[in-house]
Amino acid sequence: MTTAGTTAKTGALTPKRKRGFWSTLSKQWQLAIMSVPMLLYVFLFNYAPLWGWITAFQDYKPKQGVFGSKWVGLDNFKFLFGREDFLLSIRNTLAMSVINLVFGTCAAILLAVLLNEVRNRTFKRTVQTVTYLPHFLSMVIVVAMAQNIFSGTGAINTLLMSMGLVKEPIFFLGTGEYFWWLVGGINVWKEVGWNTIIYIAAMTSIDPSLYEAAAIDGAGRFQRILHVTLPGIKSTFMVLLIMNIGHLMEAGFEIQYLMRNGMVMKYSDTIDVFALLYSFGGSTAHYSYSVAAGMFKSVVGIILLLAANRIAKALDESTLI
Amino acid sequence: MTVATAKKRGKRRDIAFPIVNTIILILLMFITLYPVINTVAYSFNDGLDAVKGGIGLIPRKFSTEAYTELLQDPAVYKAFWISLSKTVITTLTNLFFTSMLAFALSRREYVLRGFITTVMVLTMYVNAGLIPNYLLISRTLGLRNTYWVYIIPTMFSCFNMIVIRTYIQGLPDALVESARIDGAGDLRTFFQIILPLCLPVMATVALFVAVGAWNSWFDTYLYNGSKKDLYSLQYLLKMKLATTQSASNSANATADALSQQSKVTPVVVRSAISVISAVPILIVYPFLQKYFVTGMALGAVKG
Repeated sequence: MTTAGTTAKTGALTPKRKRGFWSTLSKQWQLAIMSVPMLLYVFLFNYAPLWGWITAFQDYKPKQGVFGSKWVGLDNFKFLFGREDFLLSIRNTLAMSVINLVFGTCAAILLAVLLNEVRNRTFKRTVQTVTYLPHFLSMVIVVAMAQNIFSGTGAINTLLMSMGLVKEPIFFLGTGEYFWWLVGGINVWKEVGWNTIIYIAAMTSIDPSLYEAAAIDGAGRFQRILHVTLPGIKSTFMVLLIMNIGHLMEAGFEIQYLMRNGMVMKYSDTIDVFALLYSFGGSTAHYSYSVAAGMFKSVVGIILLLAANRIAKALDESTLI
Repeated sequence: MTVATAKKRGKRRDIAFPIVNTIILILLMFITLYPVINTVAYSFNDGLDAVKGGIGLIPRKFSTEAYTELLQDPAVYKAFWISLSKTVITTLTNLFFTSMLAFALSRREYVLRGFITTVMVLTMYVNAGLIPNYLLISRTLGLRNTYWVYIIPTMFSCFNMIVIRTYIQGLPDALVESARIDGAGDLRTFFQIILPLCLPVMATVALFVAVGAWNSWFDTYLYNGSKKDLYSLQYLLKMKLATTQSASNSANATADALSQQSKVTPVVVRSAISVISAVPILIVYPFLQKYFVTGMALGAVKG
């Protein structure tokens, strides 16, 4: 038993695969018991469904199954790209992702910087606890709250009218043009506190002597933020930015689906909502269209991710030099 | 500018900035809490009066009728029980399998480590999409209209696995090695030595999983929409949204509500269910704050 530990430690020095793969594995049967069931689990739940992408090239009927359905080649994709509602759903997905990304990131960094300047620990902790709260609320509750706040007699309209900015209540929930910004605002409200966690963690790892040096050189508070704090979180920012670019096609569907109505659907329906409606929205299920839409989304998502990774690598090299 | 004036300016700023900062942060807390308190206020307001809107932070016409009506409704109890039980079972099974896997993948000598890690990490980026998953779960596995659809598809999350694995890797190697010298196998080492030390990170992941399970409504919508016995609390609320959407969207919803027989109107019921379903989590999370903050940082470093 002890040899297993020592060979692992000196593994770099001794030639690898001294024992065969299978004999090592049979010695490690306990680790295999702990991990192989989950491996099979993800094959079933995460990889097996990829088989369903075949139906994007079929006129899939559940009764006939994958093997009995008629092959239609790229007809489903041709159909999708000829539909205005699908093209709009691509636009809406990208628009809401970008709004979320830009405002979400800016708000989180701004709040993290402000929190980082707070010296009173109790106050800082209180602000953190309060701003984490909305993250734990379900989207259904958040939408229920939004329906109260943004209704004709809700808090926002009451405020705007008492300030004399508008005469008539604004029809927030029923005006398409407002939808993206409403979703963006709600998402920032919900996640801004939560998103500061990572930035604050990055800020606490900044060497305090940098601040002292900056202070000795006569840097004021804003200059210290600008020249010490922000550069200190740059790498975290870049990593998150790249990850988020890989997720640009994921604008979500929960909030859009829960808040959509006939008046805003040209602005509310993301690709996911489109897929959902084409399969479960009407009396007949057009599974193939939904699968094709989902497949398009996934493939573009993977391309974006790989591209973002590439850019990251290129940037890393240039910043290292 | 002389040194003296620069210092003076710096000092003045040092007084002004904390004050402005504090005001901004207090304002932010107010904006964060306003919708929450507003919803509580609505839930404790008289139904017909609430339809007129314009309620701020305190109920205008106090009434607990929404709660008394909800608490007399057996469907609410049923849904609460479904939500609670699925949250507890999902959290326990998820923690059990995820932490065991995390331990196995933290062992450098494990021959399948690289392969399994790659397969697991790829699940974060490869997603077949809504319909293929639906067809697998409902048709191939036949989990539609069953309670199991809440438990089985949510047994694993790669992000949580990485969080736990990173934590285990931070523990001293000597722990595992000395257990080995004493003759303990990997299973025993994990359950008797490592798992008890993982309590902080397990609390974090338990919170993440529990919140996800408690807050989910889409699984009910997709798989159990025709099975009233299996409705979760969130789905009950979601149905209240749907029925009141047109009403809340129109500027004068009063007429709509007046046509109703009950004194308890949708807007109040919606608010009351929101409060009931939010309270359990809002009670728990502040106590786990220390843990999930470090947990998030751990996951972010390696994720």
